[in-house]
Parts: sequence; C-alpha cells; structure tokens
Amino acid sequence: MMEMTILSGKGGTGKTSITAALSGLVQSAVLCDNDVDAADLHLILHPDIIEEHAFASGWKAEIDTSKCKRCDICLSHCRFDAIHTNAAEKLVINPFQCEGCRLCERICPEQAIRSEQYTNNYWYVSNTRFGTLVHAKMGPGEENSGKLVTQVRKKAKEIALTNQKEWIINDGPPGIGCAAIASLTGTDLALIVIEPSKSSLHDADRLIKLIESFKIPVFALINKFDLNLELSQSIANYLKTKNIPLVAKIPFDKAMVHAMINKQTIVEYQPNSNISKEIKKLWHKIQLSTHTIDLHPTI
Amino acid sequence: MPYKIAIASGKGGTGKTSVSVSMQHFIRKQFTNQVQLIDCDVEEPNDILFFPNAKKKNSKIITQRVPKIDKNQCNFCKKCADYCEFNAISIIPSIKMAKVNSSLCHSCGACLVACEQSAIKETEQPIGLMNFYHEKNHINLIEGELKIGSAMQTLVIKEVKKQASKQSQIILYDAPPGTSCPVVETISDVDFIILVSEPTPFGLHDLKLMVELLKELQKPYSVIINKAGIGNRDIYTYLKQEQIEILGEIPFDQEYATNYANGSLLKTIPQKISKEFEIITDKLIKRVYA
Ligand code: SF4
Ligand code: SF4
Ligand code: SF4
Ligand code: SF4
Repeated sequence: MMEMTILSGKGGTGKTSITAALSGLVQSAVLCDNDVDAADLHLILHPDIIEEHAFASGWKAEIDTSKCKRCDICLSHCRFDAIHTNAAEKLVINPFQCEGCRLCERICPEQAIRSEQYTNNYWYVSNTRFGTLVHAKMGPGEENSGKLVTQVRKKAKEIALTNQKEWIINDGPPGIGCAAIASLTGTDLALIVIEPSKSSLHDADRLIKLIESFKIPVFALINKFDLNLELSQSIANYLKTKNIPLVAKIPFDKAMVHAMINKQTIVEYQPNSNISKEIKKLWHKIQLSTHTIDLHPTI
Repeated sequence: MPYKIAIASGKGGTGKTSVSVSMQHFIRKQFTNQVQLIDCDVEEPNDILFFPNAKKKNSKIITQRVPKIDKNQCNFCKKCADYCEFNAISIIPSIKMAKVNSSLCHSCGACLVACEQSAIKETEQPIGLMNFYHEKNHINLIEGELKIGSAMQTLVIKEVKKQASKQSQIILYDAPPGTSCPVVETISDVDFIILVSEPTPFGLHDLKLMVELLKELQKPYSVIINKAGIGNRDIYTYLKQEQIEILGEIPFDQEYATNYANGSLLKTIPQKISKEFEIITDKLIKRVYA
C-alpha cells in the first residue's frame, strides 16, 4: 500500500479539483481529506456519511466568579492574555484566546477555575462513488494542531489495510504549519500543485524545503500553465534544479470551474479534454515511478 | 488609535493578497499615507512580491521561550511532565532522562511553576522572522515569516502585529487562510473584517465557515466578491439571505490575473478594476470615520 499527499503551499491552486480527478482514476484507493480546516473535497465527492465521531480538542478554562477572590494570580500567570476583567470587574476567560494549558486552574488558591474539554470537531467515514472517504470538520476558531489530521489519516490507513486497498490519496492542507507537517509525516509520496505565479512558486519553494526535511519523493505539476508561459518555464527550471519530476502541465480552462459547479470531477465532466488527458498521463507516470523508486530506503 | 482592518478569506487563492495590497494602494491614493500593511499569513507570506521597489530595512528574529531542564538539579519527580498539557516533557527516572520536545512546547510556563527544585530555566528558540520593508522612506509592509518546521504561527502573528506603528491611521492585516487559531489571532483586535470570496462552490463553502466564525467572535464584516463573473450566482443568494453587505465586486480580468502572476499588480490596474476599488475604499473610509 502507498500513501500519496497532494499539497500546494497555498490554497486556490486547484489542488482539490486535481485530487478529486485523481480519486476517480485511482482504482483501489481510500480517500482522505486532510484539509480539516476548510475541507472542500466533499463538495465534489458528495459523500454518504456512514460513521460520525466527535474529536476532543484541547481544554478551555472557566472561572467561577462566585468563588474568585480577585487575587489575580491567574491573571499574572496566563501567558496567552486570555484572562480579562469584564464590565462588572469580575475576571473572565476568553475561550478563543485560552490555549488550555490549565496552569491557572492549578495555581488558583480558591479552586475557582475549572477546565472543560471541548468537543467541537468531528470526523467522518463516508461512501463515495470512488470508494471510502475519511474527512473531518473542525469547529470554528479551533486549534488546527495536526491532531485531527493525524486521526483521519490513521483511520484511512486502517480501512486501507483491512480492505487491502493499494492507495491512500490525501488532499493536503495549505501552508507549511502543523497541519501540513501532520499530513506529510510518514507518507510515501508528495505531489505538489503549482500555478505560474510568483507567489505560488514562492509558496512551493517553502513547502519543498519542508518536504526535503522529510526525505519523501516529490512530484510536481503546473496547473493553468498557459496563463504565463514564462513563469511556467522558470518553475520547470526550478524543479529541475531540485530534481523534482514535473509530471503534468495542465492548461487553463473554465471547464474546471464548470465541473466543480456540476459537482463532478473534470475527468467525469469532460473525459476527452486536454486536462483530463494530462491528469490520466500524470497518474500513469506516478504509478510507473513507484515501481522504480525505493520508497523505504534503509539508512 | 489606528483603525484596524483584517482581510480574510476562509481559504487561500481567493485573492486575499491582491485585495490587501490593492487596498493599501487605494487608501494611500485617496485618503492617507499613514496606512501600514502587515502580512500575517506567516506560513506563506507573499505581499512583498507585489512591491518590486521595496527595500528590506531590517529583520528581527522572533523567539519562543522553551524550558530546559538542568539534570543536576532535577530529582525526576515528574511534576513538570504532569503539568504539561502538551506532552512536551519526558522524564524517565531510571535512566535519568529529562527532556523537552520544543516542537510540542506552547511556552505556557506551567512546568516552571510545577518544579520545586528550580531545575527548569527558559531559553529562547527562534521560530520566525519579522521583516520590515521600506518604500519611498516609510515602512510600507511588515511581514511575519514562520521558520520552516515550526508550529508556532500564532505566536509569530502576535509578535508581528505589535510592530505596527501607533502613528498609522489605518492598519491592514492580510490574514492567513482557514478558520483556525492563526486567523482568530489575526482578527482578535480588529475593528472590521473584509472577507474575500469567489463565486464558486468552494468559495461559498469556505465563506460560510468564515461567517460562522465571525458570528461567534461577534465582529463586524462585509464581503468582497473577487473574480466576479466566473462560477455561478449561489453566493449572491446566500449573502442576500444572510443580509451580509457586499462591499464590492472585482470582475475577473485576464490582464489583472497576468499582472498578479508577474507580481506587477499595482503597475497597471485595468480601469474597471480600479473604479471598483475606489468605490470600496470610499465605503471603507466612511466606516472608519463613522
Ligand atoms: S487565581 Fe483564582 S481566586 Fe485568584 S483571581 Fe484567579 S480565579 Fe480568582
Ligand atoms: S488555561 Fe492557560 S491559557 Fe487558558 S486561561 Fe488558564 S492560564 Fe490562560
Ligand atoms: S512551557 Fe508549557 S508546554 Fe512548554 S514544556 Fe513547559 S509546560 Fe509544557
Ligand atoms: S519538576 Fe523539576 S525536579 Fe521534577 S522532574 Fe521536572 S524538572 Fe525535574
């Protein structure tokens, strides 16, 4: 079994549309949406949820004002400025600022502070027309610490092993922070989607530096490559210096948006379009290369 | 006090950066030079790419306090590990191991309070940079840049925001994508939020998540529809239903998109786009002085 994560540095490069198209091509796969913060893959795959699980995020502290003597020890110890006075001069905690370190609870001499565990996150196992999808929904303002990403990936792996699937396809989160790190740890391959813009190349460069630290084989594709041929060429050159195979150059076509509006993948919407052909070719190249690269080198 | 506006979007790629950079440009043109832009998208800061003439004035390292355990003082009582809610400390008495994993540490200081042996001291570890860029002698842009591999974006954002000049009349924050803590940190103290969205199913879905968050935070906001003309009308129906103000619509324009790609966004702005931004800026200024 192989696990591939599709990433892009930043959102909006067409990563999810491409992941969806690949989902339809890969036979024998479990699909996994790692962008738990702004999950979009379900908009194309329209999953039938068969399992729903709550996922505990961190703690949030709360002050019982009837017990509080205003010694202000908690106030001076909270490093996240989460404790404030309200209009009535009572101390209150802002749940959006509280990191749940529980220090205030432990040091309050009056035992006036209690912490509660929030379960504002959910993850799901669903059926789709392309197989099982594991996805999640994070409560607004939650900490995207990567724990929820790790949880969905764990479930996807379990399902893939039980059902003897050959692939896990992860739609990755944007950025290079906790969620992206949690999305890459232990995967076999990464596929990066880059657009021909300076900002996209800049983002991809930071992402590639992160991936290099994981020593995972990387492939790249340029989406909407014909929007700026000059920049596409510099991206291709850049990839060459990094020894990253450029596996597809996908043209700009409004059909991509129309497919999305129709809740279809581009391969379903226009199977004979250039985009669909490129995506099929790209998948073929990745499959071929997995026979030759050493995925689990012994160090 | 400067008036603070955050430009946010729920997800990346909707044009948040181009709106942020353009807003600064038009506010300057129509209203005041005292407008600073702060790039709070610290995982992938991009605003600087649109200021080809800007010079980096200086950079400062942003650090995080990470505890260090002095094994000569430590009696391996494990109290610090019990206090650490983030599993950053491992103590194994039998082999005299006492270790802090800095990538899990949130710098809360709980372990320091826990330790009765005064065995813990804090050290400063770099987690990012703030970069100050100059154009025509005033600071135009302050950028936060998360160190690759660090997971402390919220702290980097907090530090960068402190750098804005109090003399500014308006401060613009270019927010990170998503609806999780880095966004909350960015918008926590703002007076107004501009949500940038695009008229596609993805755009609408992510906008709804953002609206849900802003309702909880009870912050005032309105929406700019970017790339108007692509996609469908669902977003308009939603905004009408929810009675959310549309601050403006930026039409999709091939030339503008190409300028964006090249980083030469502000060099030649197509007429129909600059007109729209002028109207948006006027509306905003009215709000600032309401
Ligand atoms: S430490 Fe306890 S008693 Fe003191 S101010 Fe805080 S909540 Fe009140
Ligand atoms: S739990 Fe930690 S972050 Fe939350 S209020 Fe208490 S001290 Fe502050
Ligand atoms: S500072 Fe807080 S998070 Fe860091 S090791 Fe100490 S208790 Fe854990
Ligand atoms: S609390 Fe202090 S003495 Fe106890 S294990 Fe931690 S560092 Fe060592």
